Amino acid sequence: MFWQRKDLLGLRQLTPEEINLVLDTAVPMKEIIGRKIKKTPTLRGRSVVTLFYENSTRTRSSFELAAKFLSADTVGLSASGSSVAKGESLRDTGLTLTAMGVDVVVMRHPASGAAEYLARCIPAAVINAGDGTHEHPTQALLDMFTIREKKGSLAGLKVAIVGDILHSRVARSNIWGLTKMGAEVRVVGPATLLPPDIEQMGARVYTEVEAALEGVDVVNVLRIQLERQQQGLFPSLREYSRLFGINQKRLELTAPDALIMHPGPMNRGVEIDPQVAYGNRSVINEQVTNGVAVRMALLYLLTGGEHNAISH
Amino acid sequence: MNERDLKEKAQILDDKGMRRALVRIAHEIIERNKGVENVALIGVRRRGVPLAQRLAKYISDIEGTTVPVGILDITLYRDDLTTLANQPQVHQTEVKFPVTGKKLVLVDDVLYTGRTVRAALDAIMDLGRPEVVQLAVLIDRGHREIPIRADYVGKNVPTSRKEVISVRLTEIDGEERVVILEGTE
Repeated sequence: MFWQRKDLLGLRQLTPEEINLVLDTAVPMKEIIGRKIKKTPTLRGRSVVTLFYENSTRTRSSFELAAKFLSADTVGLSASGSSVAKGESLRDTGLTLTAMGVDVVVMRHPASGAAEYLARCIPAAVINAGDGTHEHPTQALLDMFTIREKKGSLAGLKVAIVGDILHSRVARSNIWGLTKMGAEVRVVGPATLLPPDIEQMGARVYTEVEAALEGVDVVNVLRIQLERQQQGLFPSLREYSRLFGINQKRLELTAPDALIMHPGPMNRGVEIDPQVAYGNRSVINEQVTNGVAVRMALLYLLTGGEHNAISH
Repeated sequence: MNERDLKEKAQILDDKGMRRALVRIAHEIIERNKGVENVALIGVRRRGVPLAQRLAKYISDIEGTTVPVGILDITLYRDDLTTLANQPQVHQTEVKFPVTGKKLVLVDDVLYTGRTVRAALDAIMDLGRPEVVQLAVLIDRGHREIPIRADYVGKNVPTSRKEVISVRLTEIDGEERVVILEGTE
C-alpha cells in the first residue's frame, strides 16, 4: 500500500489503511528521535514552511523539528510580522511560497476549510495543522499512535473525549479517526458545548461525566479554550471543574489501566487535576514525543513522487 | 520489474550450498577478527536479517560465544527517493547495542550496484562510530556503480544486468535456494 494523496487535510477523507500506513511509518521515525544523532538525510533539499495564522508552541515546533530531523529546510511564518498583516490574501501568500520553491506548507488558520482552499490553489503538499473548529488531523493521529502503542490496537477500545467538543477540532479529528479504526468514542461536556450533529459523526453523547467514564480505556481531556469562552456557554471555570474536571476520584470509574491524554496546553486545576496530569497513567508527555514521530511520517509520505496525485 | 513475470534460468545454490557458504563465512569472520570479541552483526532488511541471525548461530556453534545481531532499515537513506513514484515503506531499525567501538559485520543477501551498502554505511554512522565495518554477502553479482567491495562472499556469480538474482530463505519465502531469473520477452 502506498500513500497517494497530495495533502493531509483531515481524517474524514482517509481510509483505515491510510491511517495505518501513517501510524506504521511513525514507528521507525520514533526510533530516530531516541538516537543521539537525530538526523537522517531523507528530505535533503526539500523545504517545509510552517504558516501559522494562530498561536501555537507545540504543533509548530513539533513540525519544525520533524522536518529538521529528516534534513528538510524549514521556514516559519506567522500572520503577525508577515505580509498577511499587510492584507495579503491566503491564495497570494500560497502562490508566493510556491514561487520560492516550497514543497510542503503546514498551515494553521482560524477559518474552517482554509487548508482545503489553500491545497486547491497551490501544487505544494498542504498539511492542515488546525483549521477553525474543523479538523486537526496530526493531533488525532498522534493520539491514535499513542493509544495503539500502549494498547496494541485501536479496535474495540472505548475512548472518552471530555470537554468543549463544540470548539474542538481535536475532538472532530479524533472522532473521525477512532471510529474508522473500530473504537467506540464517547463525548461528554456541558450541553452548551456539545454540537447537535455530533452523533451523526458516530460518537455517543453523554452529559454526565461519571456515566461517560464508566469502563473506558482512554480519557482524552480537552483544553477549555479560554480564548473562545467569552459567550457565557458555562457559568464559571470553577463550576466546570467541579462538574467535568478529571480528578483522581473520577478516574476510578474507568478501566484500571486507562490512559489519560491531553492535547495541551493544560489548564491544570480546571479540566484536569495536577495529580492526574502527572500521575502514572498519564501519557501526556509521550504524546508530545509521538507528535514529532507522526509528523515525520507525514512529511516523508507527502514528499513522495509524482504519484501523490489524489488531491482531496 | 516483478519477479512473477520472470522465468527461472538456473539455480546457483541449493540449501546445502547455502549452508556451506554461510558456515565458511562464519569461520572467516572469526579468523579475520581473531575471535569474536567486540564483533556484532547487522542484517540489512529484508533478507540480510535472517542471514545475519544464521551467521550468529554458526559463530556461536564454532566459538561458543553469542554475538549481538542488529537490524538495519535503509529506506530513509536511499539515494533514489526523489526518483521513485511512491515513497517506499519505512521499517524499523533495531540495533539494541551501542555500535561505537564495535567491529561490525554488515550482512546482506546480494551485492550488486553497491548503493544499498552505501546507504547502510551512512545509516550505521548515524548510530555511532564503529571501530571497523566489514561486509558479508551471500552473492556478489558484480556491476558495481560505486567503489564498494565485500570482505566475505558466499559465491561470486557473473551476471548480465537483465538478470535478477533471487535469494529465497525459509524464514521469508518458505524455500531455501538461490536462482537466476530472466525476462520472458
